[in-house]
Parts: sequence; structure tokens; C-alpha cells
Amino acid sequence: MSQERFEQAWLDDPRMVQRDACGVGFIASIKGHKSHKTVTEGLEILRRMDHRGGRAADDLTSDGAGILTQIPHQLFQAAAQEAHQTLPAPGAYAVGLFFLPKEDDEQQHWFTRAEVLAEKWQLVPLIRRAVPVDNSVLGPIARGNEPSIIQWVFTDKNAAAPSSFTWRLYMLRKELEEEGREKYGIKQLRFYCMSLSTETICYKGLILAKDLANYYHDLRDERFTSAFAMVHQRFSTNTMPSWPLAQPFRAICHNGEINTLRGNINAMHARSKLLQKAGLNDDLAAMGPICTPGLSDSAMLDNTIEFLVNTGRPLHQVLTMLIPEPWDSNTEMEQALKDYYEYHSYLMEPWDGPAFIGFADGHRIGAILDRNGLRPGRYWVTLDGYVIMASEAGVLDRRPEEIVHKGRLSAGRMFLVDMKQGAIVPDHTIKQSLAMQKPYGAWLKDNRRHLYELPIPNFASYPADSDDGIQQKLLAFGYTKEDLRMIVAPMANEGKEPVGSMGNDAPIAVLSQQRPLLYNYFKQLFAQVTNPPIDAIREEMVTSLASHLGAESNLIDETPEHCHVLRLKQPILTDLDVQRLEFHGHGRLMARKVSTVYEPETETLEAAVGRLQFNVAAAIHEGCSVIILSDREVDATHAPIPALLATAAVHHDLIRRGLRMKASLVVESGEPREVHHFALLIGYGAAAVNPYLALAVIAQRSESHGFDSSKTAATLQSNFTKSLGDGLLKIMSKMGISTLQSYRGGQIFEALGLTQAFIDAYFTWTPTRIEGAGIEDFDADIRFRHQKAYAPRTTFTALPQGGQYHWRREGEAHLHHPAMIVTLQQATRINSREEFKKFCATLDSQSQQYLNIRGMLQFKKSQNSIPLDEVEPASAIVKRFATGAMSFGSISKETHETIAVAMNRIGARSNSGEGGEDADRFIPAANGDLRRSSIKQVASARFGVTSHYLINADELQIKIAQGAKPGEGGQLPGHKVDEEIARVRHSTPGITLISPPPHHDIYSIEDLAQLIFDLKNANREARISVKLVSEVGVGTVAAGVAKARADVILIAGYEGGTGASPISSIKHAGLPWELGLAESHRTLVENQLRGRVVLQADGQMRTPRDIAIATLLGAEEWGIGTGALIVLGCIMMRKCHLNTCPVGIATQDPDLRRKFHGQPEHLINYFFLLAEGLREIMAELGFRSVSEMVGRVDLLEKIADPRTARVDLRAILDAPQAPADAARSNKTRQNHEMEKTLDYRVLLSACEPALTKHQSVHLDLPVANTDRAVGTMLSSEISRLHGGYGLRDNSIHLNFKGSAGQSFMAFGAKGITAVLEGEVNDYCAKGLSGAKVVIVPPEESAIMAESNVICGNVTLYGATSGFLYIRGLAGERFAVRNSGAHAVVEGLGDHGCEYMTAGSVIVIGKVGRNFAAGMSGGYAFIYDVDGTLQKRINTEMVEVSALQDEEDESFVHRQIQEHLRLTRSSVAAHILENWNVEKSRFLSIVPSAYRALVRRQPRDRMHSSARVVGGDNLGTILEEGGYHG
Amino acid sequence: MGEVKGFMTYARAVPTKQPTALRVKHYREFIESINDEELRQQGARCMDCGVPFCHHGCPLGNVIPEWNHLVSERDEEAALQSLLATNNFPEFTGRICPAPCETACVLGIHEDPVSIEAIEMALADKGFAKGWIRPEPPTLRTGKKVAVIGSGPAGLAAAQQLNRQGHWVTVYERADRPGGLLMYGIPDFKLEKSKVQRRVQLMEAEGISFRCSVNVGFDVTMAEMQKEYDAILLSHGATKKRDVAIPGREHKGVYYAEQFLTQSTRRVLGDNITELEPILATGKDVIVIGGGDTGSDCVGTSNRQGARSVTQFEIMPRPPALNKYPRAQERPQETPWPYWTHMLRTSSSHEEGCSRHWSLESVSFEADAEGHLQALVTRELAWFTNDKGQRTFEPVPGSEKRWPAQLILIAVGFLGPDPAGPIEQLGVSLNERGNIKADETSYATTVPGVFAAGDARRGQSLVVWAIAEGRKAAEAIGRYLE
Repeated sequence: MSQERFEQAWLDDPRMVQRDACGVGFIASIKGHKSHKTVTEGLEILRRMDHRGGRAADDLTSDGAGILTQIPHQLFQAAAQEAHQTLPAPGAYAVGLFFLPKEDDEQQHWFTRAEVLAEKWQLVPLIRRAVPVDNSVLGPIARGNEPSIIQWVFTDKNAAAPSSFTWRLYMLRKELEEEGREKYGIKQLRFYCMSLSTETICYKGLILAKDLANYYHDLRDERFTSAFAMVHQRFSTNTMPSWPLAQPFRAICHNGEINTLRGNINAMHARSKLLQKAGLNDDLAAMGPICTPGLSDSAMLDNTIEFLVNTGRPLHQVLTMLIPEPWDSNTEMEQALKDYYEYHSYLMEPWDGPAFIGFADGHRIGAILDRNGLRPGRYWVTLDGYVIMASEAGVLDRRPEEIVHKGRLSAGRMFLVDMKQGAIVPDHTIKQSLAMQKPYGAWLKDNRRHLYELPIPNFASYPADSDDGIQQKLLAFGYTKEDLRMIVAPMANEGKEPVGSMGNDAPIAVLSQQRPLLYNYFKQLFAQVTNPPIDAIREEMVTSLASHLGAESNLIDETPEHCHVLRLKQPILTDLDVQRLEFHGHGRLMARKVSTVYEPETETLEAAVGRLQFNVAAAIHEGCSVIILSDREVDATHAPIPALLATAAVHHDLIRRGLRMKASLVVESGEPREVHHFALLIGYGAAAVNPYLALAVIAQRSESHGFDSSKTAATLQSNFTKSLGDGLLKIMSKMGISTLQSYRGGQIFEALGLTQAFIDAYFTWTPTRIEGAGIEDFDADIRFRHQKAYAPRTTFTALPQGGQYHWRREGEAHLHHPAMIVTLQQATRINSREEFKKFCATLDSQSQQYLNIRGMLQFKKSQNSIPLDEVEPASAIVKRFATGAMSFGSISKETHETIAVAMNRIGARSNSGEGGEDADRFIPAANGDLRRSSIKQVASARFGVTSHYLINADELQIKIAQGAKPGEGGQLPGHKVDEEIARVRHSTPGITLISPPPHHDIYSIEDLAQLIFDLKNANREARISVKLVSEVGVGTVAAGVAKARADVILIAGYEGGTGASPISSIKHAGLPWELGLAESHRTLVENQLRGRVVLQADGQMRTPRDIAIATLLGAEEWGIGTGALIVLGCIMMRKCHLNTCPVGIATQDPDLRRKFHGQPEHLINYFFLLAEGLREIMAELGFRSVSEMVGRVDLLEKIADPRTARVDLRAILDAPQAPADAARSNKTRQNHEMEKTLDYRVLLSACEPALTKHQSVHLDLPVANTDRAVGTMLSSEISRLHGGYGLRDNSIHLNFKGSAGQSFMAFGAKGITAVLEGEVNDYCAKGLSGAKVVIVPPEESAIMAESNVICGNVTLYGATSGFLYIRGLAGERFAVRNSGAHAVVEGLGDHGCEYMTAGSVIVIGKVGRNFAAGMSGGYAFIYDVDGTLQKRINTEMVEVSALQDEEDESFVHRQIQEHLRLTRSSVAAHILENWNVEKSRFLSIVPSAYRALVRRQPRDRMHSSARVVGGDNLGTILEEGGYHG
Repeated sequence: MGEVKGFMTYARAVPTKQPTALRVKHYREFIESINDEELRQQGARCMDCGVPFCHHGCPLGNVIPEWNHLVSERDEEAALQSLLATNNFPEFTGRICPAPCETACVLGIHEDPVSIEAIEMALADKGFAKGWIRPEPPTLRTGKKVAVIGSGPAGLAAAQQLNRQGHWVTVYERADRPGGLLMYGIPDFKLEKSKVQRRVQLMEAEGISFRCSVNVGFDVTMAEMQKEYDAILLSHGATKKRDVAIPGREHKGVYYAEQFLTQSTRRVLGDNITELEPILATGKDVIVIGGGDTGSDCVGTSNRQGARSVTQFEIMPRPPALNKYPRAQERPQETPWPYWTHMLRTSSSHEEGCSRHWSLESVSFEADAEGHLQALVTRELAWFTNDKGQRTFEPVPGSEKRWPAQLILIAVGFLGPDPAGPIEQLGVSLNERGNIKADETSYATTVPGVFAAGDARRGQSLVVWAIAEGRKAAEAIGRYLE
């Protein structure tokens, strides 16, 4: 690959789509009243959401800000006058805004082209105007790439033309854009059209929110009037900010991310070949791609929307097609609407991902939220007829009495203002009218078929294989004993994917000598930071495994034939299903089986794939719409084309031929057997898969070989199928994808070790970075296996052992080899440099086999070697070590504390993991040993994350992802939760604890910035670290994280250990750290962000050589997890998940814990041996300090070895392209702007008397949405000075007025009572640690409190104690992971009390869907106003009943009384007045296991597990001090 | 791993032994296999380690966790198949292997290790009893012919593997019965000869020819052999004996252990050996020089023959006495877990009666006027570590002691293969240690088409190593013949 080609492939790759998230808002006059004030207020909204945006390294260049309005007619009239032209009436002319290159000749070129093309499209370029700007307000980076900004006004030359004015404008723009792309290349974007419309106009750029109107003079012009202003503030993770990618786009602005983008683009491309519309066919045929390559995900979504709008669908219909609400399993949805959605699902797969989308088309403006409700959207309706909607509440100042309604957008819902009608159209009305447009239900009934409706053929299509035949096929398809024993059998027995532990230490596929299957060369990608993974188990309602078969039709049209498809409930087919498909075919659902075998004797694999592609195309030309790719015909002369290669090759070939949408692919193959295989087949285009051999072997062995003999073969097979379905959902959800339909063809994978040529040919657009194997290699592998299976043999040939999961002598190589484990333990026990060198030799001299990427690297010979004693001492180097995040719970107390003591003794850092920490450990022992973990982790479950926990740390680490299972949550089974673990996790012994897949306060990059801000407030001294896992694009994410002001970024390799994870995740998700580290370091250097952060790396590092390579690749600190455990006695049992660790490490069993014999000294020996080894390398290379060494990638080279010649490591070894003075290691600290917070400015000093003198403090203060994390810093001081017990109740009484920013009273400590008159945004009271928070509407407010939203999403997340009373409604995910706080609220959105483990929530109003999902502890009591509550509760873990007893009743009564007292709630008053009647309308929702456990235990015992305030026993709560204030 | 907590539930169980008083009265095996329930439980004690050190510690690479798991699920036939996949003769190794796997067992770090050998023996015996082990002749013949010289464990393993590849295999044995060391080296009470014969018959049924009492190189020349066969494997053992060359060695009553053991076995087998000068321990004071396994066998045989006293000398110092299954924490630093532990071991023969002495050097044999042995004079040694870090010794002045003895058996090991015969005739090169030169991948000697395995290549070692070598050599020969 040439250098140029190489760079194209990996730096400027359109696959590396830019991700962003942001603040969105608009103000609109419901009646369509135009004014300049609206524009000004739009800009004010933008300014108020500045904190949601990102800034480049210069801190003066915004990631993008913009405004979309109606065309200000007056302004253009004036412009026309100046140009001596007359402007027609509004609507009869269009205004376009263009970014052009600055150079005159370039501009001249475009002026000419615009005129020529205008002529072609029968348009008149009436006025050309240079937009007046003032670029003195720009930051240096923005100024450096500032374009020329030109406006054109076009009029229609021929109103009688066959196509409309707007269509011709659209075509003109598309054509200009295509020319621009051709001229400047895919990423250049030097020619860009912001908007070209008869209705709307957009101004945007890399301009700080406050300066948008200072830059664009037009925006300040009084004549600039509009009935609405939609604004957008961007926070991009992308490398260099780009003017065109600022938002709004032409139709929308988007806060979120499209996870399924690649599949959507491919599908749109394929669909474009089927497009037809009367009068436009020539245009459509000539048109470039609908989705302009090289843009951001939001931009492509915009492309698609405007295409669908321009071809005849109303904007709101288009949005329901692209972002449908979850309808599949919604029991409350009307049938007509379900039919509407089902019908449209056959036209378009969802563009899946978190999304708050604002849209406008001139007279309509609105917003829609994704199916998961993962972005916030709050609105006010004002007395004077305006709607103010934004990502946050409080973005404009309005007096309370001016507001008539406060609401929020909920999951999947739409909000629309029709300014022509002068009304807000409710979601229900919009959807109803859409559902009634066409007889969708009737069309479905007549055309759509279900698989189960097809007749059963009365003959078998294939004779069953003999035992010997099965054995031969198993060999031919590369099965190992391990595949059957560890994958297939557990799935068939349990119906669940097998779980394993510890990390992956086997070589990457391209280095394996075991001829791995093609699947092993692909790694699953996953969501981190810019979008959240979802929980397919607890939030099942948004997921769907449904698939369908058949041809797609012309996207522009809607006819009954469009739904002539076969619907599948799930994509795994039995043999019988395939027969049904094959033999029933007629009309538009004709199936054809195409064989995917070849004769190795006469044909190469490459030729065979070509033949296959041809055969499939021919079948489709003959009218087949279901293609069954089958390798059933494997025999002594026929070998199988790998099913994945066959599928992807056909898929991409059909896209290229324009035939893709004319048929579905079904794969009938003996090859796939684990979930990863199925995910790949579907990810590369298969609609359904029949794993006939896996099913056959289950039936054959159903009574032996580890299969459960008590189950029938049919049960085992259906268990297998079920676990595949669940596994697929899990893989999809870790990318944040909810529906199989949009996962299909989504290519959510990165290839590792495949050649670019191979990828280009068959897996087009999949990232691959280190070259490696190509089609000839796979051809050879197939021949080898085929030979083994079918060559004449003399005796029975057993399956190979495998050895992927457990070490086997004849199997796959592993880093953790017996000799390696033994020598490491021996060396560190006797502290012997000599023995340590032996250990290093077992790993570093990979002469037998290369195991990993670093194994292929060596240090260049240096001329600058220095004497060893000039190198900084080992005692300084060891401070750069951290141990891996391992929770107390996953490992034993003894192990956890031994590690902490060792690390504290040498000034290095141990990591608490996500399980909290006993406060006893914060106090040093008599001998000076400190058992506290220096790094406190903050993970998704927030176990034990209190204000006190946070303040007792030197570093706070946000775990975004974990190497062993990125994108997944976890579960600590109840039997492992003993008294002590329960205490530090603030939960109940014996109750299962669930860690959600996402942090519910991080759905996007700006959310992460917020959490970093919150944690910094919670501990100003601590570094804030963000842990990411290596995958393609992690550099971009890291740049975003640096901009979000993390102090440390940890890049973890996928190899990392775990206490428990599905083994497919351990093996197949994420990438090696070498790639992620190099990419992150490079991106940070190139964006001049590197100097602000410390980079850390981890992932199976063991030797000084590993550490040295990590340093040269850019890491200044290193983490070692598993290695530390081995030193302490771990022998890689890989049984951590079973609690049976025989050396007392990964177990809580007291008998086994006694077997722990690790010593802090051993660990200290290890780190010093490592440091000494590193010093030797440093001396050799000539470095006196580690700092000098960081990022000196120029000193590494690839070892020349014919065995690895096909691997290309330039992706790692190329130096960053940055100016010489750009920082290449950490130089400065981040500016967290703590001094700007309300706490710092006001609260700390004002509350001083309470903090130090135990005097009461009472304060009245205004608050605004820009005041974020109010009360957090104050709480941190309480915890610092008074420990976990805080202050006496009500020591500090704070009265706020206004709209508080995000994270109000986050980690609020005991002793504070905060009353807010107004409203709060997201994350209110998260991590609440004993404070009391009251939210009430202002007294002057005219609204009905109980029907208005005054509280955002994810309130009380991870709270551990304290009280919250809200008079009004709260948003989604209220009290998620609450583990001890007590709340009363008057209504809430979806997913309330999810994963809750303790505490209580009383709702005196309605709750959304999926209430109490995964709730394993605590109490919820809901006032069931209209008797509809039951079906909104997820009853998987909870019991729903009336109030159970006296204790329940008195608790609810007292809490409501308290609510009334604090909030003057009218609902509370009503209930209390009629208590004897109303109490019967309360339902108690309590986890069955929890109630049984709590009731069984004596009260005082429960009390001890409630460390601060509250607890789990209702009686106890009543006696607590919470009521005496 | 049939039971997750099996290792916490069940205690280690091993085959029961007859009381010593009873067992010294006969030459039969005296251990009884564990029963079916014990078998399941013992299998369930296996933890199915992610890194199975047992599997690493086993020279054969037996996939121990796999068959332990199957045993714990009562799928004994499948377990046996798994065992047989790496080990041709579990009925031998299940009895006489020192079981380095058990020393390396992860459970052994803090507990009694899994009784791997007992499971192996039980499976093998079950396999024969139930007919699961049966002749499996190859379905195809390649027409190639291979000669295996020497029918010890290496030769037998190689022969079986080569036969499975479809080659015609002929095994040559200079003794009158096949089995080599298995036949005449190990006494019946440790491995009944019927079990060796059963195995040989099974191999014959698979199509392997055995030619006994043929001393290749003498009875038939190597040139003839090379002509006849496509490949030849030298697996004729390391038979060059190490001697105790001190004054009086020529006295009547001083013998090599092998002479004594072979005679005993032949007597047990009912052979008429009147032509030989009898070597018997009956009523004598017996001294065994050499503290290894062969020495042990001499002890057991002497007791069975009715020796008056049995004494055993070892030149090395007395190893530390540890618990029977020493925990990792207790093991000496030089031989940490999972390595073979340097410790005092007591064999079943020792249990039957024997006085053991260490750090003793033999000085001279003393005889009466007729040359009949009367005593052995020894001297104590002081062991120490020299400047170079090597262990060495010096005699302790004045520590000479005279031990009355009428029979002295020398069991101090072997010095490699006897060069006379095939080695000399073929001109095969030897390495610096006097063993046949052949590497561990190709097993090829310096003469094309001639291979070597077992003690002949490796030097004196364990049966399990011999089987491992035989298997790998067969694989190498298979590649050569392709």
C-alpha cells in the first residue's frame, strides 16, 4: 500500500465518521408571528447552552454553533434593492448560503459553475451577496480555516417546468456538491452549501455561541425577523473542527449519534437503484449519492430526510420512518399505528441511536426523541404564544406567571408546532393522522406473511448425516472439542451464553498458528462516550429481533406491494424453516438455494466467490427474492466457502450491482456456532441463518459429552437458538442498537489482520489497520481442514482440542503459560533479578510464536546509550504504576487490601473498582499502612459512590468501558453479596446487584464533560480519569474526552481481565491497546490536546519491555491488573465467576479466602523489578527520565521476520503530523474553572460557620441553568471535615429561585437542606449522600404543579441516602440505581426505579413504561390514579400488591405528610384528606426476594448496613432524623 | 467439572493397598481400584483450571481436566477415549507413573491434589473389563513397512501409533517376551505381567508383528533390516549399566538389580530357569545400593523372597521429610510448586520393611575366603555447596562402617544405550551424553530412515516419557514416510 493510500485508509477515512452531541433548542411563535426578538432570543438560548458545546485546543474556537430561521424577507428585499433587482414574493425565491474557498480563482470557478448549473435547472441567480462578517471574533483555529461566505438568491425561470422549483433547487445543490467533492476530495469540504431553500436559512460556523451574531452582521439586523429560531451548539469528538459540520443542517439539528450509520448508508445506496418517480426518473438516475460521503452522521441523516421530503413525504412522516418509536412489543399502542410502523419498517430500517432532533420546514417546527429517550428535551409554553424548547430547561428568562405549561419530550414521541394552523399538534394527533393516510393494516393483511404460516413440506430435503458424516463436517468446518464443550453445550443446556473470566491472552488471529476462522479476524465495536450502550435485558421493550425476507420496493412510493414480505420473529432458522422457505415460494417471495461450496481440486477460493456472486445475481435477475446461501453440499470433493465471506461478498456485490434490495440473504451453513459468528453474518447482510451442523451435533450428542441428558434434543436445540438471540441482542445493544433490522448490514466491526485489498473486495468500508491475511490464506486454511476431514484415514480422527479459552499443550498459544506464571511468582517471592529475567524471557522472546502486536516490535539500536546510574531511580518510576480496577466483591477483602497497602507504600495507585470501599480503610493503620485505594472508580452502578468516598481519593476514574466486556453491564449474583459487601455497596446481603451497561448520566460527550465537572466539584484535589477501551476511532473519542477536561485518559486493551463476562465478549470485542494508544496519542498530539492530559495504558502488560513499548507509543503511566494478581498467587483458573477461586483471590468464600497467601512485599518486588528492567532499557535508549521517553515512537521498529511480513504496523509506528512545538506528553493541567461555580463563589464562604463552628446557616439565592452541580463542592467540604456522617440535619438551609443547571445537589451531603423554587435539569440529586432536596414550582406560577415537568432525567441516580421531594413531574429514569435515598414525586417518565437496590420512591401520579426493571431492592409505592399502572411495571423482579401492612401504610402516610409540609402539594393534600379511601389506591412495588429478606432480618441488623441515613427497613427510616427538620 | 465445589466437598481418595503383612506373601498386585462413586467424586474434585498445570506437567500432555470432567459426569467411556487419545497404555501409567501431574495439580497448592493416577487406572481397568478397549486395526494400509527395535514402552507406543497410520509394523525384541522394562524391569506386584501380555495381544490383533528373541544387529544385520523396511526406529533402551566399581566387586553375591529382578519375574511367570545361577534373597541380609525406583523394586522383591533384612543406601543426602502431599507453601524454594518436589518419598516397597540410609558412599565389598560376600563397607559423605554454586561432597574422615550382607544389589542407573549392535552397525552418531543423537521434532538419527526414541535417545527416564517419545517418533516417521 502506498503511503498516500495508507493515509487515505486510516486518517482521512470516511469510515471514521465524526461523532458529535450537543445542545439543541428553539423558540417559535405558535401563531407564526415574525419578529427580530425571536432571533435574538434564539441566540440567547444558544448562549445559555454554551457548556454543552466543545472547544478546540485554542479554547476560542467552538466546535460549531448555528441558527436556522425563516428567510428574513425584508432583509433580502433590501439586498435586492442594493443590487437593483426586484425580489418576488416570499416562497417564490430561494436563498442559498455557501462556504467557498477564499482564493479568487476558486471562487470565480464556483460563480461560473453556479450560473451554468442554474441555467441547466432553469433557475435564475438573481443576487450574489458576500455575507457581511467580522472575523475578529474568531479563535485562531477557526480563523485558520474560515471560508468565504456567499449568499445567492435564485428565482424560478420556468414555473411550468415538469419538476418543481424546490426539486430543481435540490438537484442544483446536489450537483454542485458532487462537483465540490470531485474537485477537493472527500474530506476537503471547501465547497459547502449551508442551506438553499425557499423557506429557511441557516447561519453557522466555528464560532462561540456568544459571538454568532457578532460574526454574522445579518443576525443583528432588526430587519432579520422570523417566527422561529432553531439553534445548535456542537460538541464534537472529531479531530479538526470543520465549518460545514456545524449545525443546524438544512432540515434538522441533531443531538445524539446514529449507531447504525454504515448499514443505513449502504442501504440508502442500494435503494437508490430502485428509485422511481414520475417526471424525475432522469434526475434520480443522474443524481449522486443521497448521503454525501465524508460528512458526519447527523449530516447524512439530514441528507436522507431532505431527500424524502423533496420526493413528496411530509417532514414529520419522514422522521417517524427514520426514528420510529418501539412498536413491536408495545401493548398500549393502537393497532393502526402499529400497522403504520410495521409497514414503514419494510421501507426503511431505523436510524438507530440516541437522538433529540429538532426540525423545521418553514411553517412547521418540532422535535422528536429516539426510542430510548436517551437525550433530554424540555419545553415551556408561554402565555404570549411561544414555545421554548431545548435540551435544558431555563434557557430563557420568563417570569413564572408567564408560563402556562412545562413539559418534556418522552421516548419516541414527537412535538410539533404548526405555525400555519397556529397550534401545537400533540404526538397522538400527528401519529393518528399518519396512520390513517393509507390502509396500512389491510395492505399488511393481504401481503405480509409470517414464516409460521407457510406450509410444512412433507419430505426432508436432506438425509440426516451419519455419525461419521457429522464428524467429517465438524472437521471440515474447523470445530474443536472446546467449541462443543465450552460454547455449544452450555448454550444448549442453559439457554445462555457461557460466562468466563480473566482476559484474552491468546494471539490475535493473524498471529495464530491454529488457522483461525475468518470470524476471528473481526472485532465487535461498541459504544463509548459519544453514545450509550443499552440494556437489552432490562429495557427489552425497545429491542426487536424481528427480521424479514423479500424484495424491497421503490422508496419514494407507497403501495401494497411494499409490504409483500415474509416476517420472521427472530433470525435463527431450523432446518424445517429453511425447507418451508425453499419450497413454498411464489410471486414476490421466490426462494432459490445457491451453493457456496467449491472444488479445491479445480478452483481457487477467489474464483469460487466470483462464481457465487454471479450465480446469485443471475437468480435475482430471474426473479428470486430470497437467496439461500448453502454449504450443505460439502463432501469429499467440495469444500465450503467461509459463510462469512460468502455472505459479505454477495452482499457487497449486490450493492454494487444495484440488486441488493431485490432479495434477502439467508445463510444455511455448518460453520456458525457461536454468537459472534451470527452477529457477523447478520452484520454483513444476512437476514436469517440456519446453523444446521451445530443443531445436528446437539441432537447427535444430546445425551453425552457435556450435554444435559435430562433434556430432549429439541429442548437443547431451542435453548441454543434462544441463547443466540439473546447474545445477538447483547452485541447489538453494546453498540446502542435496538433492532436487528438496523443491525443487519450495519458492519459494526473492525477487522484486525486482514489486507486492505481483501476488505475492499468483500467487506467494503470495514476498517482494517494492520494488513495481514488475504483470500489466498483462507483458501489454504480451508484446503487444510478439508483435507483433514476427508482425506482417506486409517482410524477415527478426533477434533482438535482448541485451547482458545483454556490452555492446552497442542492448542492455541497463550501469554499465561504455566512456565510464565511459575517464574513470575518465583521471581517476585524471592525478589530475584535473575529469576525475573527468566520470566521476562518466557514472554519477550516470542521466538516460537508472536502473541501480540508489541511482540512484533523491537527497539532501534541507539547511539545515545547512557550509564544506568544516570537514569531516574526506580522509586520515581514506580509511582507511575496503577493496578487494574478490581472491585471488592470481585476479589476478596484480603487481596483488595494487600494490593492497596503495597501500592500506597511505594506511592503508586491501586484502584477501588466499582464496588465502593469501606470507610474504615480511609484511616491509616498504626504502622502507617493505608488500606484505601488511591483511585476510586465511578462506574455505571455507582455502588458506594458517596461524597465521602469521592473525597477520599487521589484520582477519580470514570469507567466508560472495560476491556473484557466493553459496552456491557454486569451482575453480582446474590449469593456473593455477603454482609460486608452489601455494606460497602449500600445494598442488602443476598440481593443480586446489577451494573447497567451505560452510565445513565453519560449518553454523550457533553454528558461526560458534565460528570467530569461534577466529580471535580466532589473532590477538587483529585485527578479525573476516563477509562476507554481500544477500538477504531478511540483517538477521536479521546480528543473529545480531553476537551471535556479529563485529567487522565486510560486506554485499555481488549485483553484485560474480568471477574465474569460472556466469553464471546472476552474474545471478540475491542482491540489491542497498542492500536488504541498509538491512535489516541497521535490524535491528541495533532489536535494540540496532548499536553493537557496524562495518557495511561493497560492490557496484559507484564514485562519491562511491554512498559517501554507503551511509553514509546505515548503512555506516561501504566496499569497492571492480572499480573499483580498472579504475583499474589493467581494461577489463572478462570473461575472467578464461580466464587471458587482456590487461592483465595477471586472469591468471597471464607474457607477459600483463608488460602490467600499474597504479601504486599511480593507486589512491591514486582513493581521494582519492572522499574529496574525499564531503567535498563532507558539507559540503552538514552533516556534519563520517563517523560523524555513518552511518545518516542521513532525508536520502535518492526522485527523483520518472514512469518509476520504480511502485517504492516505503520498505523502504530507513524509519527503524528504536528508542528515540532506541539506537546507530546503531559505538560499542563486542565482548567476546570472551579472558581466559576456558585459553590466556590458563594456557598463555601457563606456556609463556613456551619462547616467549622456547627452553627446553622440559612441562605436565599437565585440560580440559573448555567449554575451546574450546585451544592456538590459544599458537600465535599462537609465530607472532608466531618466524614460520612456529615452535619446535623438542616445545619445548612439553602433557598434557591430559578432554573438550576444539571446535577443540582449531586452527591449532596447530610446536613444540607436545599429548597429550589423553579425547576431543575438532568441528574438532580445524583449520588445523593444524605442531603434533603425539595423542588417546588414558584409561588407565583399559574400552572398546575402535578401536570408540569419541573425535573429532568436521571434524577437520584446512584443516590445512597437522603431525601428528595418534588412537587411536579420528573423525567425518564428516575431513581435509577437508587440505593438508599427516599423520594416523593408527582409523576415520572419511563424506566423509573430501574436497578434500584434500596431506599424508597413514592409516586403520587403517573409513571412511564418499564417501571422497576431490574429493581432488586428498596420500595416503590405508587398512587394508581386511573388503574392503568399494572401494565407499565416490569414485573420480572418485583411483586405488585396493595400496601402490605401497617408499616407500609404509616411509612407512606408520613412521607406524604412530609411532602405536603415541604411542598404544599395539592395532590398530597387531597390524598391525606381522604386517606382511608385513597390509601387503597396505592400499590406497593417491592422485589419479592428483597421483602422476604428484609422482613426476616432483625431491625438492628438492617440498621448497621445503612451507614449514613435511612436504610432498608421502613420502620427504621421513620425513626431516623430525616423528619425532625 | 461436574461439580463446581467438588474440590471443597470431597476428600482425596486413592486405591487401597493390602496390608503389608498380607501382600509380601505374594507377587500379585495389591492395590484395589477406587469404586464407581469414588471415581465420580474424584473426577469432580478437578477444578478444570484455565491453565491446567497437570496437563503441562504430564509428559504425554494428557488432557486431564477433560477426562476428569467426563468422569464426574459418569461418561466413563468418553473419558477413556479422551485418555487414550494421548496415552496408549493407561493401564501401565495408571500403576507405575510417579504422576508429575499430581505434583503440579493446582488443587495441590493448598489441598491434597486430584487423584489423577487413580482415575487413570480405574478408567483403564474399566476399559478392559467393559470391552471399550479393543483392537482397532487401521481401515487402510499404506503398504509401507516399519521396524521397531525394542519392545519397551517407547517401542510399543511407536508401534501402535505407526500401525494406526496404516503402516506394517514389526517389533523386534531380544528377550523371550515383549515388553522390555515393562516385562522384566518392573516386578509383578507393581505391574502384573498378564497386563503387559494382554496389551501385546491386543496389538497383535491390530496387525503388529512381534519377533522376540531376535537380537537385531547380531541375529539379523542392520543392512538386511534397512533393505526390508522403509523406516527403522531404535527404541532399544539405555541398557549400559552403571557399576559400583570398588574393591570386591567380583565377589559372589554382588549383582545388578536387573539380574535379580528378571530372575524373580521369570520364576513368577513359571519359567524353567534352572540353567541360571539362582540369585535369591531368601534368608539373607540384603543391601540395595541406589535409592531409586529400581532399588525400591529390589526391596519389595527381597522381602517377598524372605530376606532376613533389607537395607538401602543412597549416596545423596536425605531429602527433607514433608507431608505426603506438601502444600505449595511447604515446598523447598529450589523446587517450588508445580515442579517435582525434592522430598523424602516412601514407596510401597519401603512400607513393607526396609532400613534406609543416606549420604553413604560404598567403599568395598568384603567376602569370606570362598569369595562369598560377607559385608559392605561404607563411608559417610558431607554435602555442601561450592564456590561455583554446585552441590558437592567430601568424605567424612573416620566414618567407615561395615554392614553385614550376603546379597548386594546394584541399582544405580544406566549410562545410555549399548553401542554394540544396531548403533555401531548403522554408524548412528551419539551425543555427548552417549545417547543416540536425534532432535525432539524429527526424531531422525544421522542415518536416513533411522529414528530413535525412548531411553535410547533420551537416556534413562520414566515410562511415561518413553510412551511420549514413542508417539512423537511415530508421528515423525509418519511425516517421513509421506
